Amino acid sequence: MINVNVKLFAIAKDIAGCDEIALALEPGATVSSVLETLIERLPRFAQWRGHVRFAVNYEYVSTEHPLAENDEVAIIPPVSGG
Amino acid sequence: MIEITERPIDTQTVIRSVEDPAAGGIDVFIGTTRNHSRHRDVLALEYSAYAPMALRTLEQIAGEVRQRWEVRNISIVHRIGRVEIGEASVVIAVSAAHRSEAFDACRYALDTLKKEVPIWKKEFFTDGEVWVGLEGTTPGEYGFPR
Repeated sequence: MINVNVKLFAIAKDIAGCDEIALALEPGATVSSVLETLIERLPRFAQWRGHVRFAVNYEYVSTEHPLAENDEVAIIPPVSGG
Repeated sequence: MIEITERPIDTQTVIRSVEDPAAGGIDVFIGTTRNHSRHRDVLALEYSAYAPMALRTLEQIAGEVRQRWEVRNISIVHRIGRVEIGEASVVIAVSAAHRSEAFDACRYALDTLKKEVPIWKKEFFTDGEVWVGLEGTTPGEYGFPR
């Protein structure tokens, strides 16, 4: 299994009720596996497909990005800084 | 200086950080909390950030600015936490030998910050609150754009 730490922010954090979730994923898992796993646990997350971006270790990545042990994955809802 | 702070931003400090004898001008943008948004009265804003990535992204923006324009210095300070009406949420200062570069670089830094930096703001109204960027949701309801 690949262990990753998923950070949730803003609306994602409100809906999940927490700001961090540890996930164990199958080898070969990509960033899209993270969202699909979250949707299994919290069906409300399904509305986010296509509306959130993802970051791994502080860099934006595509959903095909492969995950590695101890990666920090972040769910990035639409940003509104400034 | 590239910083995220919970304290009120001291604009003079940010300006001083970009001062340079080779600069002919300093362009400063101060983002302030507006008392209205989409025809509703805003009481305050609350900002939150994915701090390590936000800092990294701000540094990247500063790097892009230095690559694209001849500037002397650029500083960006963003505030997080509750920001009251009229208070500064972000200050960007750019010094350059010539005013054209200072204006253009400052605008680019702000526009890019607003698109890329993982910082979020929540608007507080008398009858609810909403995360900005989720237009189409009703007060108090958390959802995504329809």
